Amino acid sequence: MENASFSPVSRVAICGGTHGNEMTGIYVVREMQRQEADQTGSVSITTVISNPRAVEVCRRYTETDLNRCFTKALLSSPITDSTPYEVRRAQEINALLGPKESQEAVDLLCDLHNTTANMGMCLIFYSLDWLTLHIYKYIQSKMTSAPVRAMLLSLPKSEAYSLESVGKHGFTIEVGPQPHGVLRADIFNMAKEAVDHTIEWLHKFNSGSTFEEGEVEAYTVVKSVDYPRDPTTNEITATIHPELQDNDFKLLQPGDPMFLSFSGETVKYEGEDLHPLFINECAYYEKKIAFHLAKIITVTLPFISVKKD
Amino acid sequence: MSSFNSIASLEEARRVAIFGGTHGNEMSGVTLVNLWVKNGAEIQRKGVETKPFITNPKAVEKCARYVDTDLNRAFTPENLSAPRGDNQPYEVQRAQEINRIFGPKGSPDAYDVIFDLHNTTSNMGCTLILESSKDHFNLQMMNYIKKAIAPSSCLVLLNEHPLLKYSTSRSIAKHPVGLEVGPQPQGVLRSNIFEAMRVILKHALDFIELFNEGMEFPSCTVEVFRVLERIDYPRDANGNIIAMVHPNLQDCDWEPLNPGDPMFQTFDGKTIRFQGSGTVYPTFINEAAYYEKQQAFVTTRRESLVASSIRKV
Repeated sequence: MENASFSPVSRVAICGGTHGNEMTGIYVVREMQRQEADQTGSVSITTVISNPRAVEVCRRYTETDLNRCFTKALLSSPITDSTPYEVRRAQEINALLGPKESQEAVDLLCDLHNTTANMGMCLIFYSLDWLTLHIYKYIQSKMTSAPVRAMLLSLPKSEAYSLESVGKHGFTIEVGPQPHGVLRADIFNMAKEAVDHTIEWLHKFNSGSTFEEGEVEAYTVVKSVDYPRDPTTNEITATIHPELQDNDFKLLQPGDPMFLSFSGETVKYEGEDLHPLFINECAYYEKKIAFHLAKIITVTLPFISVKKD
Repeated sequence: MSSFNSIASLEEARRVAIFGGTHGNEMSGVTLVNLWVKNGAEIQRKGVETKPFITNPKAVEKCARYVDTDLNRAFTPENLSAPRGDNQPYEVQRAQEINRIFGPKGSPDAYDVIFDLHNTTSNMGCTLILESSKDHFNLQMMNYIKKAIAPSSCLVLLNEHPLLKYSTSRSIAKHPVGLEVGPQPQGVLRSNIFEAMRVILKHALDFIELFNEGMEFPSCTVEVFRVLERIDYPRDANGNIIAMVHPNLQDCDWEPLNPGDPMFQTFDGKTIRFQGSGTVYPTFINEAAYYEKQQAFVTTRRESLVASSIRKV
């Protein structure tokens, strides 16, 4: 496989509070601001609380989900009096850290999130980017106390709707399980460690270290499953089955229990062998998602190094 | 002190209410009550009128704890006696309405028993909340429930503290019973938590039916955890929290906390230790809703209460 080289990654943005009730990112960003960690060696760091109004009221969003507002269309839509707050805020963030797909955009954007699902540490990528996947490989090798996994969604840049697509490179650090509105020390420590390793890797990369080719596994979402619902009221009529609850990433096979109805019936899974993710994420009830189903792919990463002028 | 030999003769419990959605994002109670409003067969018992009721429908609609103010703190004498008016916070109006339907609080017309269903993000398991150490009916009910679900456990939290006690929605009834089951994130419905709450209510209603039929419940001892004090997060001069519940304390509800044990961890990794004078039993550790109430956890001490023998009049 051909070697790849990239320009130095000298401008990084660390974002928290993209969802105002996902506490880890908010406090990691605040702590970094308190420590005034804005320049370390070759890397300059900008920290941003993405959705301050939502953080203020400890809600996911005030009018619309900020993390769906970064499509090319929404970023260039005209602002009127009826434009939701989050669409305006996305355009502000794009001006600050972008513009998306331009030379001025930050080199790397890391967005910190929490989930109520038992996903541990999961990095989310929106494209096959050798640089960020090498960062994932590095974090995985350094954080050995719990599994570190990767989730890959493949979207062309212009259709990418989430915040990290504003940077030239970007990924989301998703950590769970943590209830929304709660700050757990163990989850905070994990997320902070992942951010520290990311910055460490950037220093190494920028100073000329090379990174060997290798393979990483990633989960790519194939489809999503909604809760059983009452056809007239649309209310859910079952919960995630106790044998599926908290078993994110564990292979789900046909015949395995999936939902338990309020009247005690088990609904079993039918379909191909797949891995469930985001099982029982609070914010996804309104998006009609009980869990995603993913297959594992193996990605071969090339040898990478920094481009020398 | 009650005499071990005398039997307390109490009125039958004819009117029972089950409240869900007092906090609109605590999903077990919301789901159970909605289920029972549609089909109440499961909660029917001979000789008892059981009414399931969503106390804070606007908060349930928004999937928020409350709209204007915490309903479960709103049943104060001031609020309940204030003149009706649209300018009142939504929850104050609700409290007045609920007091009309299920009260008036403190009067002979009030409902006999109200079960108020709650969830917590804390690792409290199944907890029954008692508001008075002298409510022998409730003590006997809680003893019955504990025995019925054994070996699964159900602990009793007694909040009789003059300053920390608060005016709950269930306090309208002659016998208020809080049911708190966790851990469950707000807005999430977990099967194990939902079923645990359902089972406890089943046993509670069975107890009421047996009592009303004339069964005598002999004197018994009930272990309770009595609320001592509220411990807040360490904060800076601007009121921002500067530390988190320590990993060693997180999820350790009901386990002994000794002087010198880790209690909080600062964001840069330092440990802050518990400085109390003796061992306490912490609970409500890291409840999401309590950040704004300046509470990281409450401390309790273990006590044994004696419940008189009871029989219906």
